Amino acid sequence: MTNGWVDIKNTDMMLIMGGNPAENHPCGFKWAMEAKRNRNAKIISVDPRFTRTSSTADLFVQIRAGTDIAFLGGLIRYAIENNRYAKEYLINYTNAAFIVKEGFKLPEDGLYSGFDSAAGTYDKTTWNYQEGEDLSGKTDAPASAAHAAPSAAAAPAPPPALPPNVAYDLTLQHPRCVFQLMKQQYSRYTPETVERITGIPKEQYLKAIDMFTSVRKDGDMKQVATIIYAVGWTQHTFGTQIIRTAAMIQLLLGNVGRAGGGVNALRGHSNIQGATDMAGLFDSMPGYLKVPTPTDADLASFLKRTTPTSSKPSPWGSWNYYSNTPAFFVSLLKALYGDAATKENGFGFDYLPRVDRDYSWTHIWEDMYNGKVKGMMAFGMNGVMIGPDTNKNINALKKADWLVVGEIYQDETSEFWRAPGITADEQKTINTTVYRLPCAGFAEKDGSMTNSARWVTWKYAAVPPPGQARLDQDIVAQIFLRVRDLYKKEGGKFPDPILNVSWAYADSAHPSLSQVAMELNGKALADLKDDKTGQVVVKAGQQLPGFALLKDDGTTMCGNWIYSGCWTEAGSQIQRRGTEDPSGMGVFPNWSWSWPANRRVLYNRASCNLDGKPWDPERKQVWWNEAAGKWAGNDVPDFKADSHPKDHLGPFIMNPEGVGRLFAPIGVLAEGPFPEHYEPIESPTKNLLHPEQSNNPLVKKFKSPYDKFGDPAEYTIVCTTYRLTEQYHYWTKNNPMNVQLIPEPFVEIPVELAEEKGIRGRDMIHVISARGKYTAKAFVTRRLRPMMIDGRKVYQIGLPIHQGYRGIQEDAERDARTPANLLTPAVTDPNAHTPESKGFLVKVEKA
Amino acid sequence: MQTSRRDFFKVAAVGGVAATIFGFDLKPAYAQLKELKIARAAETRSTCPYCAVGCGVLIYTIGDKAKNVTPQVIHVEGDPDHPTNRGTLCPKGSSLEQDMLNPRRLTKPQVRRPGATDWQDISWDQALDEIARWTKKTRDATFVEKDAKGLPANRCEGISFIGGCTDTNEFNYLVVKAMRSLGLVYLENQARV
Repeated sequence: MTNGWVDIKNTDMMLIMGGNPAENHPCGFKWAMEAKRNRNAKIISVDPRFTRTSSTADLFVQIRAGTDIAFLGGLIRYAIENNRYAKEYLINYTNAAFIVKEGFKLPEDGLYSGFDSAAGTYDKTTWNYQEGEDLSGKTDAPASAAHAAPSAAAAPAPPPALPPNVAYDLTLQHPRCVFQLMKQQYSRYTPETVERITGIPKEQYLKAIDMFTSVRKDGDMKQVATIIYAVGWTQHTFGTQIIRTAAMIQLLLGNVGRAGGGVNALRGHSNIQGATDMAGLFDSMPGYLKVPTPTDADLASFLKRTTPTSSKPSPWGSWNYYSNTPAFFVSLLKALYGDAATKENGFGFDYLPRVDRDYSWTHIWEDMYNGKVKGMMAFGMNGVMIGPDTNKNINALKKADWLVVGEIYQDETSEFWRAPGITADEQKTINTTVYRLPCAGFAEKDGSMTNSARWVTWKYAAVPPPGQARLDQDIVAQIFLRVRDLYKKEGGKFPDPILNVSWAYADSAHPSLSQVAMELNGKALADLKDDKTGQVVVKAGQQLPGFALLKDDGTTMCGNWIYSGCWTEAGSQIQRRGTEDPSGMGVFPNWSWSWPANRRVLYNRASCNLDGKPWDPERKQVWWNEAAGKWAGNDVPDFKADSHPKDHLGPFIMNPEGVGRLFAPIGVLAEGPFPEHYEPIESPTKNLLHPEQSNNPLVKKFKSPYDKFGDPAEYTIVCTTYRLTEQYHYWTKNNPMNVQLIPEPFVEIPVELAEEKGIRGRDMIHVISARGKYTAKAFVTRRLRPMMIDGRKVYQIGLPIHQGYRGIQEDAERDARTPANLLTPAVTDPNAHTPESKGFLVKVEKA
Repeated sequence: MQTSRRDFFKVAAVGGVAATIFGFDLKPAYAQLKELKIARAAETRSTCPYCAVGCGVLIYTIGDKAKNVTPQVIHVEGDPDHPTNRGTLCPKGSSLEQDMLNPRRLTKPQVRRPGATDWQDISWDQALDEIARWTKKTRDATFVEKDAKGLPANRCEGISFIGGCTDTNEFNYLVVKAMRSLGLVYLENQARV
């Protein structure tokens, strides 16, 4: 979330789409209701299914799963056509005025410029800004010589980089300025086209987008709108681009950085945010730093590659905060390798594994199925159930040599070898050794978790783990220490990183998590002096006050730069419980601590106009204090404290442009600078914008026998999956109370489909995809209506994901024993690598 | 001095008893009973492990945390001071006590041997030794020092670690530290899916 849970109470307008917070985040959703009650805020709920969130909405719009970009693209078109955007914000805080290189082509045919159809990849050279100066009013600017057709004999071009000085047109009239290109891109998304794609009747669609953009009626900047989403947006082969469209809308309307605004991801689990921050993912390092590739010759060249340089109109400023990457990364290496990280060995840079291809979730199972991945450790992660394609994952595990599962309950993954359908005879042929280790429940462990609002909050252990169960961190530490001992004794392949990793915890086999939290914060390894005065500001050995003091010379260590400030010399900030809220805006500055630097709303400089005055004086977050010569606020300014508004420093300090990106240049996204509507991999229709390029051109399909896709002539129904309020994934099915509330799975199907198939409520039915068959009772409902897609009737059905083959009901054999993710395909978003669990094709049969 | 919400309720409850001493309103008496139930309990501040709202949870245990006394959970409720949930919990948060006191919990290490049709018990020591041995054997067999072009790779392609969604930040960091040091690249998390 750019903002936070309580902050939602400050909004005037909510677009809730790809999420159902009333059911999935009930205690956070109260703040949406507060806004409705106290500010007369409006809720627009867009969902394939009428949910409890929809029941609180001022307007519910049923959409075909996977057509969100069409909906949002049409909203951008409407806002521009009707002058409902934030002009001053747009010109100064986004790249609307930036001019894009010649040769850049919009995807009228579904493809941007530079597509290599043989390789299935893009050459992104033209996805860049034009180098130059102020072209305001000069619409017929000649092409610069640099863009003449390259001669065939030219040397291979260096990888494209952003130009330091970007050509711009503050009148937004230049035909290649970002604003005009964006306008052209979404001019195709007319309400009529949107209706054909999404199935939303034009009148209803217009009502929805009129309501949302009404916050910018006549250019008034006082009101603010928020966009709220969850995995209904991420679980698509174009999920990142859906979210980008939302970000573009919020930039266009001037809603980012403001109380009650922003783009707000409601994360689904208690510490998904923290797990992402800590980089338990193949493609990042803690604090969103990049991973090394084999082509990085050494630390210096890695840092050169991954440290951005500013790219902006020359009179403007850009803080380009990631220019501090060397300080963040070297401090991380010092935390990882301690004294073994020296200037001479590049601070242990060569100890890190190099990554140059996709090792993400679906690849693990594919490569395990193909015999490459031979061992797996799964801690609190039920990979069989979470899918996609449960059958494939089970069959991959059959081929592994060993599996270690750390869990608190019996789960489907540790019991994959006796999944339903596997006979005792077949079990005898499965050679995987499986260890199941009893771990600790949440109340038995201390440590911090980071909620969706980036609040990092410490929890305390209340009880010890039961029986022989051990703390998760102790188990991982003990496995690691034993492996290290083996390498010490026996040697082996490249033991250096194992032997040199810093594991200097007071009790190495039982690491204290407060000690680890202090390592995340970071400390000085030598006296740190103020650059100007020469005074020592932090003594060697002291905890750092924040990331501003991190150094790239090995004199500081820090496990995760964005967490620096969480545990300072003043003590643990993440254990604070100050209930005061001086501004009344739900900031709670002294309750726990939020990254970065305890800022509660990101990019909050953008809550003010160019002069540093809040757009809405009644919702003041930060402001420029002329007398003091610095920014002040109810929140911590997310900005250079002494930067005078006249300096025109951009509010989006993490971008090299200093401004928000309507156009995402070169390497930012895989499939294009502006989002384009593509159909889900399994779809009932061809892409109505460009039938020849129906899907995201960068999506790759695996070739295993399990990776089958349904023919829309046979599999005609769109299926989506979801959660219920009373169950939590695959965990609460072990609690009697939750099982009593939701004892068994079901399939929600429209009344019309039920009538067509002769199905009555509570009849057992099969839902069949090209990959698997799911069996449960039919729940016949009007919450999912048939939709007209380009003149053809299309049904959508939905099913909850909770039940499997282990749990109270399952073990008693009182329950359907099929996991929902038997049905889902292992195809992913090329940016985030998240599988497409929403909007796949099935057929329905009476059991 | 600031009066916290809970102090206010306490005062209100006592006041209520006095005010209805001649009446038959039992509500304050019930409130008083509840107060008594947890009065001798230790209060531990925790966070709900389910969704990312991160509701504050108070866990009440008896057994005063002396070395030879195992604390027993007697009550769980939402933390009224928490700015987000303000004391409320959803149907999942409300069942947390059952999650803590659950007879279905795993309590001992087990192993399923190749071709076996059931679990067998194993000691922690032996399980950890065997896992360490598997890890070293697989790592040594699948470690890629140089890629096809002769460039440094330093990665172990034979082992995957998949992490969950309710683990603490500190646990996640330790995993990254240990697993990256082993060279793991198939390092993934619920955050992906």
